[in-house]
Amino acid sequence: MKAKQQRQIFYIVPYGIWLLLFVIAPLMLMLFQSFTTSNGHFTLGNYGAYFGSGTYLRMTFNSVWYAFLITVITLVISYPTAYLLNQLKQKQFWLLLVILPTWINLLLKTYAFIGLLSKTGTVNSFISFWGVAPQQLLFSDWSFLLVAAYIEIPFMILPIFNSLAEIDPRLSQASHDLGANKWQTLRYVIFPLSMPGVKAGIQAVFIPSLSLFMITRLIGGNRVITLGTAIEEHFLVTQNWQLGSTIGVILIVAMIVTMILTRDRVRKNIRK
Amino acid sequence: MKKLLSGIMVILVIVALLFSAQRYFSSQTGTGDKDGKVLNLYNWGDYIDPSLLKKFTKETGYKVSYETFDSNEAMYMKIKQGSTSYDLAVPSEYMIEKMKADHLLQPLDHRKLTGLKNYDSRFLNQTFDKGNKYSVPYFWGTLGIIYNDKYVQAKDVQHWDDLWSPKFRNQIMLIDSARDVLGITLITQGKPVNDKSEADLAAAQGKLTTLMPNVKAIIADEIKMYMAQDEAAIAVTYSGEAAEAMDKNPHLHYVVPSEGSNLWFDNIVMPKNAKHKTAAYAFLNFMSEPKNAAQNAEYIGYATPNKKALALLPKSIRGDRQFYPDAKTVSHLQTYDDLGQKWTEKYNDAFLEFKMTQR
Repeated sequence: MKAKQQRQIFYIVPYGIWLLLFVIAPLMLMLFQSFTTSNGHFTLGNYGAYFGSGTYLRMTFNSVWYAFLITVITLVISYPTAYLLNQLKQKQFWLLLVILPTWINLLLKTYAFIGLLSKTGTVNSFISFWGVAPQQLLFSDWSFLLVAAYIEIPFMILPIFNSLAEIDPRLSQASHDLGANKWQTLRYVIFPLSMPGVKAGIQAVFIPSLSLFMITRLIGGNRVITLGTAIEEHFLVTQNWQLGSTIGVILIVAMIVTMILTRDRVRKNIRK
Repeated sequence: MKKLLSGIMVILVIVALLFSAQRYFSSQTGTGDKDGKVLNLYNWGDYIDPSLLKKFTKETGYKVSYETFDSNEAMYMKIKQGSTSYDLAVPSEYMIEKMKADHLLQPLDHRKLTGLKNYDSRFLNQTFDKGNKYSVPYFWGTLGIIYNDKYVQAKDVQHWDDLWSPKFRNQIMLIDSARDVLGITLITQGKPVNDKSEADLAAAQGKLTTLMPNVKAIIADEIKMYMAQDEAAIAVTYSGEAAEAMDKNPHLHYVVPSEGSNLWFDNIVMPKNAKHKTAAYAFLNFMSEPKNAAQNAEYIGYATPNKKALALLPKSIRGDRQFYPDAKTVSHLQTYDDLGQKWTEKYNDAFLEFKMTQR
């Protein structure tokens, strides 16, 4: 028994060191920096500066709002897609097509969208073919949401698809036999059982969306400002790492809150 | 298990091969300095004519190891951290001031510099480096307005104040830099670009906010690509970026407003921990030779501070008022000083608030 325990500890060592060096240590450093002044004294001033500034609070609100919109858009598109994928014969193949875009570099995909949406781009030459004057598509909220949602969609489809695939098909047969129509089956059987996938998808999309910043500049033209922009600025331009860390800590807290809100509560439901 | 083991073996062999290949290539070009005949040059990407590096090696026997950075801040970090010793680096003016203050540079021995007399005195002895104690100018340039003559007439965009014209609603792209955008606003109010007065900065921010309806986007290097693609009619950017965009689109023109603008410099400096000083001086002298400086200026397309090199350039380049503005405009240009932590933050906070302005 003891030998087994020792062996288990041994297995943990490589990842434990990794975790310590690259996850825990940076987090501690960040937390530490957010509570210091530039010459190393303890202060709450960084948090004071953050919460005392209307600009940062508005930016925080913006980040959450855009992340929320991106999550809603991807969810609305992904759930039916994942449901449909599950009905298909060659579902692994179709799933591969969904995952394929994630193999392409993010920057490349973003530049491809510039080619599509710019004034002389593909979309505009297509609509001008139908006699519509070229539209300003780039640098708007819509183009930002479109590109961000496009990039995040695979991360929403995948967990939903997996949780739908795990549902025993006999359950929906049983629901049929008991007189439920298709809609009722979906509403009362399939949907509740796929909730873990939905929650995992929300986590996978909402959290990274909070600090998107590359797309805010390239596609949003900095007309969309999120906290990622502020962090970049404080680390690179003003070199105020303390305030940059503070914003970083606040983002992490926001992520933890999201995790708690979307935590898996299925077991509790069953006990009820 | 056997399969797994052979798999691991294959991976190990590949890793070993890659590792030795990497060692081999780095000994060919790299910072290996066994014989001391190398020069470690730290410069912006694509910021020197490669044939000049070959010529330098041929003339002096020093191999050049050319490493690149993409921002002054990234370069500063790497030199400050000091793990690699560079013999020469090419920072911009405000960064030279900062590196000087942080004791990261060593003074240049003017007795060893043979080419200093070739430079235009207007570009020597600047506030960021009095008497050129630490740096030799490499290129200079301006901040200005680039416009597309398909959408805008030249007479409508000769001055900074023209940007505020209601004609240009949603047509202007700005460079994503607090100092540049606040700087031009300060100039329109008759204030210096290095202004350290709360009232002036607040006034400038107030005026800048009223520019927002005209602003289409606030972006960085992408401006040159977007301008070349006709995405916007007007942009505020640096002369070097403008030159690249104009190469790709004949409808583009560049204006330096005569009331003043930013004058920027990229100068060559010697970091404190430089190892190959003889090679470094050889390179500084090589680059200040008029013929080499002219060749480099023609290749890069930026303005050379080397007076004798300028005379060697074809008339189409040296007479181009867009990149070599007339004496009166040059006399109104201002360089940026390092504002210090507190004011850098004030400028950036003001700019961030401007970016948050709703249209």
